[in-house]
Amino acid sequence: MLIITCPWCGARPEVEFRYGGEAHIARPADPSALTDQEWADFLYNRTNPKGLHAERWRHIHGCGRYFNALRDTVSDFFVTTYKAGEPRPDIDASSGGNP
Amino acid sequence: MVESPSMTLPLAPARPLTALAAASRDVAAARLVALGDAARLVFRGREAAIGPAGEAFGVALPRESCRFNAAGGRFAFWLGPDEWLLLAPGAEAAPIFAAIEAATSGLPHSLVDVSARSVGIEIAGERAAFVLNQGNPLDLSLDAFPVGMCTRTVFHKAEIVLVRHAPDVFHIDVWRSFAPYVWELLEDARRELA
Ligand SMILES: [Zn+2]
Repeated sequence: MLIITCPWCGARPEVEFRYGGEAHIARPADPSALTDQEWADFLYNRTNPKGLHAERWRHIHGCGRYFNALRDTVSDFFVTTYKAGEPRPDIDASSGGNP
Repeated sequence: MVESPSMTLPLAPARPLTALAAASRDVAAARLVALGDAARLVFRGREAAIGPAGEAFGVALPRESCRFNAAGGRFAFWLGPDEWLLLAPGAEAAPIFAAIEAATSGLPHSLVDVSARSVGIEIAGERAAFVLNQGNPLDLSLDAFPVGMCTRTVFHKAEIVLVRHAPDVFHIDVWRSFAPYVWELLEDARRELA
């Protein structure tokens, strides 16, 4: 079973978590000022990288918190996790890899 | 006008485990007990309200992740960084609720009486952790899950709150509609034990 480290609770089994989509996507402050294309980008378009991906997870069957994770989409390896509100850690893909 | 009694009486506590517990086999290595009624409150609040809430309840709210405090037969379980389950076995919820509300008046918080939402199960004995691990993937060794730890987690498909009171004594708090499911899977898990 995949082990995910919750920033509050520590290493916990995958079944306690829910995926929450790409992280660090801020809702536009003034949506009505956006073009349709810009609004569509906010709603639908994601980076979908091959490699490191910053994404939201929720420890739904634990502390209930949302937090962020850097996961390698090739190996499914969780490079690190960090609390919501903290900046994306400055880690490049070469430091990721299989456990 | 005469009010019907049902308008003034609180809901009777749900006891979904009574029949299952009565028919349960005694297994010394993993005894199962359906725990009695208790007052249960969920408190959520910001910094300023946390201290006064604990003082009014009589148990300081733990600030360390996944730990509980106990005093005077009451328990404060950490569920999240701003969320606690307050448990008072055998007590009425209303006076506790009123005391905490009085102590936190004007401070941002939420307090909900969830006494009727869940029921307690105790599982105790030298194989208790083994039985729990049939449906829960946490490392229940004393290093990883020490006495004094509590957490929301899962038992098979049901969400539970799991508490370790002693090396061989666990408390499960589970939503009452899931309780028979959890109980019968615990029974199934200990079938091989004498
Ligand atoms: Zn957590």
